[in-house]
Amino acid sequence: MNQMSTEGYTTADGRQIGGVLMEMKNITLRFGGVKAITDISFDIREGEIRAIIGPNGAGKSSMLNVISGFYVPQEGEVWFRGAKRPPMKPYQVAQQGIARTFQNIALFEGMSVLDNVMTGRLTHMKTGMVAQAIWKGAAEKEEVENREVVEKIIDFLEIQAIRKTPVARLPYGLKKRVELARALAAEPKLLLLDEPMAGMNVEEKEDMSRFILDVNDEFGTTIALIEHDMGVVMDLSDRVVVMDYGKKIGDGTPDEVRNNQAVIDAYLGVAHD
Amino acid sequence: MAQSSQATGGHTSIPALLQRNAQRFADKPAYREKEFGIWQTWTWKDVQREVNNLARGLINLGVNEGDFIAIIGSNRPQLYWSMVAAQSVGAVPVPLYQDSAAEEMAYVLDHCGARFVIAEDQEQVDKVIEIQDRLHQFEHMIYLDPRGLRKYDHSHLHDFRHVQEQGHAARDELTPELERRRAKLDLTSTCVMLYTSGTTGKPKGVVLSNRNIIESAQNSSEFDNLGPGEEILAYLPMAWVGDFIFSVGQAYWTGFCVNCPESAETMMTDLREIGPTYYFAPPRVFETQLTSVMIRMEDASRMKKWLFDTFMAHARKVGPSILDGKPVGFMDRLKYALGNILVYGPLKNTLGFSRVRIGYTAGEAIGPEIFDFYRSLGINLKQLYGQTEATVFITMQPDGEVRSDTVGVPAPGVELKIGDNGEVYYRSPGVFECYYKNPESTADTKDAEGWVATGDAGFIEESSGHLRIIDRAKDVGKMADGRLFAPKYVENKLKFYPNILEAVVFGNGRDRCMAFINIDLSAVGNWAERNNIGYSSYQELAGHPKVLDQIQCHVEEVNRSVAEDPILSGCQIHRFLILHKELDADDGEMTRTRKVRRRIVEDKYNDLITALYDGSERISTRTEVTYEDGRKGYISATLEIRDAAVQPDTTQKMAAE
Repeated sequence: MNQMSTEGYTTADGRQIGGVLMEMKNITLRFGGVKAITDISFDIREGEIRAIIGPNGAGKSSMLNVISGFYVPQEGEVWFRGAKRPPMKPYQVAQQGIARTFQNIALFEGMSVLDNVMTGRLTHMKTGMVAQAIWKGAAEKEEVENREVVEKIIDFLEIQAIRKTPVARLPYGLKKRVELARALAAEPKLLLLDEPMAGMNVEEKEDMSRFILDVNDEFGTTIALIEHDMGVVMDLSDRVVVMDYGKKIGDGTPDEVRNNQAVIDAYLGVAHD
Repeated sequence: MAQSSQATGGHTSIPALLQRNAQRFADKPAYREKEFGIWQTWTWKDVQREVNNLARGLINLGVNEGDFIAIIGSNRPQLYWSMVAAQSVGAVPVPLYQDSAAEEMAYVLDHCGARFVIAEDQEQVDKVIEIQDRLHQFEHMIYLDPRGLRKYDHSHLHDFRHVQEQGHAARDELTPELERRRAKLDLTSTCVMLYTSGTTGKPKGVVLSNRNIIESAQNSSEFDNLGPGEEILAYLPMAWVGDFIFSVGQAYWTGFCVNCPESAETMMTDLREIGPTYYFAPPRVFETQLTSVMIRMEDASRMKKWLFDTFMAHARKVGPSILDGKPVGFMDRLKYALGNILVYGPLKNTLGFSRVRIGYTAGEAIGPEIFDFYRSLGINLKQLYGQTEATVFITMQPDGEVRSDTVGVPAPGVELKIGDNGEVYYRSPGVFECYYKNPESTADTKDAEGWVATGDAGFIEESSGHLRIIDRAKDVGKMADGRLFAPKYVENKLKFYPNILEAVVFGNGRDRCMAFINIDLSAVGNWAERNNIGYSSYQELAGHPKVLDQIQCHVEEVNRSVAEDPILSGCQIHRFLILHKELDADDGEMTRTRKVRRRIVEDKYNDLITALYDGSERISTRTEVTYEDGRKGYISATLEIRDAAVQPDTTQKMAAE
């Protein structure tokens, strides 16, 4: 897998994966004296589901935050769609076509599901605040168009019944789904999911896995996800990066990673000197 | 039969009625469906175009006259059109229950030899693919929702829209063939085949002709003055005869609008938005709604609760009389009008019943409290009695003669008679043609003169001419000492309590009656919350001593009420237990229409029945359960058995006096 050509590859289930969408080159991230990420390189290809796994404190969330532009690494380069990405603000990253969900749900609790998902369309709206308040002409047309996109996503994720429900009243599993809906509403090129199954029961996990696969299949969205549940990761993803203590210890298909001694040691635990 | 063809205005088939409606009601809405948050509308003209395109597409795919086309999915306009398109090309639509397991579907698809299946989505497509090797005649499948199906092998799988597009593209070549086939349809051709859910044995395919459907639709529409302005919400299973007669038969006959909800979960919201004028629901739905209203009132502020209680008490006193047009005093009317502004109106609006002109319930007995609750609000809720074999209608309640304990007078065109064993027989234009490929059962049910046995025991009340149903004829038995045993009668009394979801009474050929109870998790759960009783599962709540105390009170009240009727006083319940799991269709304990399969329950829980009769105080048991995806598991429990106080036997008492 490591000698893969730049034109992409075909997955076990026959999906065609494209060229490199995002490439991390020798990323090192420090917080003061603490090295969260040490010299990590990997790529994410168009149309694939890429997982980042590792034990607690391995630096997975930091890695995701580097991808989403929230952290700027001290060393290394981030390449997105063939260009080196300069340090940017998170909203600029969003405009580039990267959307994410959060490990601890970050929705507007007092707003309805519909309004929450609508906020995901923000990067696609051009009219100003005043025009939107008056809501005539262009602003109205824009809202109708965006609402249509949002309704398709609501239909896709089967959350019609809670469209008008305030998010605060929803159970945890549904909130996660609403967050996914909001991220999808941005119509991202790259979707980042930070522990999409954390705290879910088996049934909710099955539903979420189904939705992740369907999103990838239906919209062709490239997905990078962090997840603890090994079963889920191995079933969902095309390729897996394994991190431990801020270093990359494995990279490849689920099968390759599963048989990697360094990975087994990291998960089962061996004495570190 | 020239006479009845005149009676139906010369319209001898559903496709013919569609042509008529497309001219007469051209731009009037025929179907609405909420999709992407907005109600999408199709006029009768649109429907004609959609159906014609699909019909030509079906011919293009090779559908022959006399083929069976299975239709599987929830209520969607496209699936209704599929049924009419199938009829238009001379094929027979066979709607199936969308929640059936693949196994159940295999039987039906094989029995009717369906060559084509029209399925709603991936879930249904997967089920058919799973069983297709066993179906010899199955050839093509058409799906509505392409989601998740892109990578499937499309050699025998077709997108609904593509079929329509092909039908449209080939309109010049195929229209003459379509018109030829449509012109051949008459009152005797088969309109639809519906499989009965079958409380015993395998499902049977009931063949209904155009005459059955059109004349029944016509008679019942005239009975209730249904007009083209009605709005209905189509949410009950398409495989059920009631939905076919309301959403197809009556809708095409009168030209009213059929509204399809967005999804099963949004049903209540959609109901409110549409505000149907004509509404049908099984008692269970009314019961659930009432329970949720009551639960919410328990949590309401004291002022609101007082208002609700005061005005509901008044509504119960005078509401039904006002609805029936009986004389009511001026002050009472004034107070009712005030209540309408403060309580009844807003409540009806919340429930989605603001515009209901005629509401029907059928299928099971409805609790008098539930029935009176809705009627006292001014909702014209009535009962009807019917079955698939009768194309629904046997008896209906006319306006002004509505009671909770009868099922009404014979519907127009229906003759009734009561057999020697008390079984109800009927004869009507709606009487089914036959059971498909099952002449023995047909002969057992329908005699040479056209009389059909309902399988229900009942009698006609002399004072009013209304029919009263006691129980299933085959369930009515004798106890060991020869007294009448009518389990359903007692079970219904038990089920009228909001805490009790389901009850099964045993006692045929025995000396005493015993019962299994299922508690209603939402009602009892709410009570538990308010009384700080913690529980983690149905099983734990069902075994709680305080819950048992409550149920015991209910059982004893029922015993007192049963004892008042000298014929049935033997059916008092001596001992009972609360089951550790809810009876479920997936386990085969109930039919898909949620009727208890008595015999299966009896076999499966034989150990519990033994324990009830041998006097033990508790019993440990282990039960197999089937999950929705077909996997199996076990649950074990120790159940407490309670004794219930019984009233002395009135027949003996009378003799003693």
